[in-house]
Parts: sequence; structure tokens; C-alpha cells
Amino acid sequence: MLSAVLLAMVAAGPQFGTPVDSATVASWDSSIPPSGKGLPSGQGSVAEGQVVYAQKCVMCHGVNGAGKPADPLTGGIGTLASPKPVKTVASYWPYATTLFDYIRRAMPISQPRSLSNHEVYALVAYILSVNGIVRKDAVMDAETLPKVKMPNRDGFINAFGAARR
Amino acid sequence: MDTKPTHDRRQFLQSTLAGIGSAAIPMSVSADDYLEPSMTTPGQPFTPYGMPSPHEHVQRLLEPPAEMAWPLTGVSFTPIESLEGMITPSGLHFERHHNGVADIDPKSHRLMIHGLVKTPLEFSMEALLRYPRVNAMHFVECAGNSGGNAGPEPPQGSAGAIHGLISCSEWSGVPLGRLLDEAGVLPEGKWILAEGADAASMSRSIPLPEAHEQAILALFQNGERLRPEQGYPLRLLMPGWEGNLNVKWLHRVKVTDAPTMTKDETSKYTQSLKDGRALQFNLILPVKSVITRPSGSMTMNGPGFYEISGIAWSGHGKIEQVEVSMDAGRSWTRAELVAPVLPKCLTRFRLPWQWDGKPAVLQSRSTDERGNVQPTRAAWKTPFSSVQFYHYNAIQSWSIDSDNSVKNVYA
Repeated sequence: MLSAVLLAMVAAGPQFGTPVDSATVASWDSSIPPSGKGLPSGQGSVAEGQVVYAQKCVMCHGVNGAGKPADPLTGGIGTLASPKPVKTVASYWPYATTLFDYIRRAMPISQPRSLSNHEVYALVAYILSVNGIVRKDAVMDAETLPKVKMPNRDGFINAFGAARR
Repeated sequence: MDTKPTHDRRQFLQSTLAGIGSAAIPMSVSADDYLEPSMTTPGQPFTPYGMPSPHEHVQRLLEPPAEMAWPLTGVSFTPIESLEGMITPSGLHFERHHNGVADIDPKSHRLMIHGLVKTPLEFSMEALLRYPRVNAMHFVECAGNSGGNAGPEPPQGSAGAIHGLISCSEWSGVPLGRLLDEAGVLPEGKWILAEGADAASMSRSIPLPEAHEQAILALFQNGERLRPEQGYPLRLLMPGWEGNLNVKWLHRVKVTDAPTMTKDETSKYTQSLKDGRALQFNLILPVKSVITRPSGSMTMNGPGFYEISGIAWSGHGKIEQVEVSMDAGRSWTRAELVAPVLPKCLTRFRLPWQWDGKPAVLQSRSTDERGNVQPTRAAWKTPFSSVQFYHYNAIQSWSIDSDNSVKNVYA
């Protein structure tokens, strides 16, 4: 009988994980999926974003997000099927939530995670406004951001089913 | 900044084939010539960590800083033309960083598993080291490797400068599935998001069934703890899948119902087609090979004997065969595969060759156990947009000229 208990313990295997409370999980989990689940409170306007962009982004991403030395953020809409496609946030990225997720965790590159949620919302609003994806008077928040329809939203073929075969 | 390699750089490594083709020259030798200095003087003392001979200068090839938008985002290349066998020395494993090499204290580093699980858990590195381990030899390849060959003109440089975002190690660690089971994945869980603790919080989504079955939480590389450049103290290893999703400095695994659609799985690492659409989540790396000796920027020693040698690999399993052509693909000869031949691992191949000194074009073509065959460059290019370079696995052509030079050509 004792050996049966021992066998059951071996089968269960070691369990060295420590349970984490929901507040700790929330403080770690900054990723934002297309549904917008997890987007924080707060908001930001195009005008506010233009100010932040001039202070913290323009030196790498260029005037109006035209790029150089870092990747262009704007332009290129309608070029993807041409001989010289121009891939930018505006022309290629399928989801606006990705922009919030990425800016908040990785930008500016010299000081990642230094922007407030307000600044991130504002930057997303500004960048998307340059090519008219959102209006000049747009305000981005947890409600409006996931509803933005990116020009290349339907431009991707999910090839992962093929990977399964 | 993207992973597309740059090639119009100076030659950092002047590789030659010196000695391979040279004929034996009779000489008279005096008795003293037999005594090398090292035979008459005591040697160097013991050292706690051995280094390569000071006479060896094999190094990773760095990108020229002037071509980098930000000096901490880019790659360094494994000098595959200078290496033997199947294992990459840890210090020569290629690098791809999105904002520098994270400096992490293992005492404070934790892995959290959360999302669609019964019990969110965190694991100290000390706790992870107590689990039963698995060991496996696998390559890691950047999905942008060899991308320069997708461009209109063949980039000139060493094999490493063109194809060096490939390395192979023995990895040891804990199966991710064991920890997912411990946390208890809920039925709605279909994907995971893996996030690194670097200054980019590098994040990728991976389908849950494959992650549960195949992913290793790697703690060791080639017998010792991971190198910082490879994600110390913890990296995710998905054998045979895009290097980018082998997230380094791993600190968070979130179980989700769908892909998170991170920047690196939408704007990058997707393959644009001619019609403007793009393939997404094409995650397994295709069958591939490259002759590393002789290869680009080397100098031949004139006509005579050479051993052709190279590496082959596939994200789909084992290498079944490698064929070599000396006439730009008109005729093929099967090369010897060097044991062991392991799945999702570099396989060394060899073939003896008598070079007659006339111009030749060397190619290698690998086939994996699933029957996948390396395509020609023209076939590879056919479906794709002009700017698409990910998953480039076309046959490499090295042109050998009668002036002993070896160049990268499209043939």
C-alpha cells in the first residue's frame, strides 16, 4: 500500500510552482490582443500624440512617421501588390492594438516602458491619423482602439494549419 | 531595423583553403628542427575556463555600426565556413537582439505561467533546476537567414556573412508541457504568448498543442548554463521553428484563446506574396543546406584534391540525403552524411572532389525525411513579393573560377 502511494507521487511528478495572485499577474501582463482585452483606462488625442511624437519619436521615425533611420510608420497604403511594396504601420499592420502593445513595452528604444498609458494612446491616435486611418479629432481609449479598422486587416493568410500537417 | 543581413561589408575573415591542396615537398630536416620550443620549456599554467588558442581568430561577424539604425538591434553571424562538425561553440552562436543583451540575475528572475490556466504559477530558476530534464541537439535559425540571396544581386562575402544566422547546440532543460500541466490549462486555451525580459519585451504567439508537446525551457547550452546572448538564464526552444519565437530571457508564458498578434508576428516574420497578401504563422523552417568549404571569399589552391563539406538541416525532421553538383545542377552526386543524423539538427556532409582548375559552380541540394527538397532560387522566388526574404532556403551556388576565387552567384 505504501508503494502505491509512492508510485502515485512519482506519477504526479514534482510541483515546484508557486501560485500567483491576480494583482501580481495583472502587473506583469501588458500584452494586448486584437480584442483589446487588458487595455488600460485613460485616453489620448491626435493633438496630444503629435506633441509626444515630436519630443520622443521624430528623431528615429522621421517627420510624420516617414521613417529613417528607423522603420517608417506611415505611407505605402495601396502598394503591397505593386513591384515595390512599402510596408509600414499604416500600410501593413493588421491590428491597431499591436501598435499600443508594442509602443508601450518597447518604445522609445532608449527608454522602453517609460511612456504613460495616456502618452501611448495619444501616440497611437497621432500615427494612425497621418494617413487618415483615424480622424484628426480622434481620441483613442479602451473602447475606440480595438474598433479601428486597419487598411490591411484582411491581408494575411493564416498558414499555421499547413504547419500542423 | 529588420533581420535582413547586409553584405557589402569588408571581409572580416580572410578564409583560405591553405594546406588542403598542397603537395608534399621533401625536405631535409636537422635534429634540432624536431624540437619545437614547447618541448624544451614548461608550458602555461592551469586555467579555470579555457579559451581558444591565441593563434585562432574565428569570430562572429558583426554588422557595420554605420548600417544600423540602433546599435543594439540587429544580428551577428556564426562563421560557419570556419567550423567543423555539427555543434556551434556557444561563444559563436549567432545573435539576434531587439534591444541589446539582457543582463539578468538568476536569483531574482522568475517565470510566470498565467492566462487561461486553473492556477497561475511562478517559478524561480532554483525551482526550475529541480525538475527532471531533457537533452536534445537542435539548430536555431533566424527566419531571416540567407535573406540577402532574395535580393536582385548576389551578395558577396563569406558563407557566414550570407548564411550565418544558423547555429546548433545541445540544449537541456524542462519540457514546457510539464509546467503547463502543473498550472492546468483550461479548455479555451489554444495558443501561448511567450515574452522575454529584454528591453523589447520580445513576444511571440505559438499554437498550444505544439508548444505543449515540443517546447523546452532551456537552461543549459552545450553542457553549461545558457550564454547571456542566448537568453540566460532561461529561453524557450521550439525545435525547428523560426528562431524569433525561441524567446530568450523568458519570463512570461500566457495561455490565450487566440494569437496576440504581436509586432513580430504581424509586421515582421510574415511572407509577402506577389498579390499583396502575406503568409502568417508559417512557423516551421524549411529544408536547407549550404556548402561551407569551399565557399564565398575563400581562395582555392589550384587544381587538385578538395573535400567539399557543408551543413544541412530541416525544421521538419531528419536530413534524408544531400546531393552535390559541380556543374550548376546539371549532374548530382550523393554526399556522405556524417553520423549522427538527428531531427531538427545540423547534419554535416562531405564529398571528395578532384578539381581540374576549370570554372565550376558548386551546389548542394538537401532532402528531408518528409520528402521536402530544397528548391532552386527561381522556384523559391516565384510566389513571393520582391521584398520578401523570410524562410529563404533555395539552393546556394558558389562559382569557382580558374583564378582560384570563390563567389556567390545565382545559377
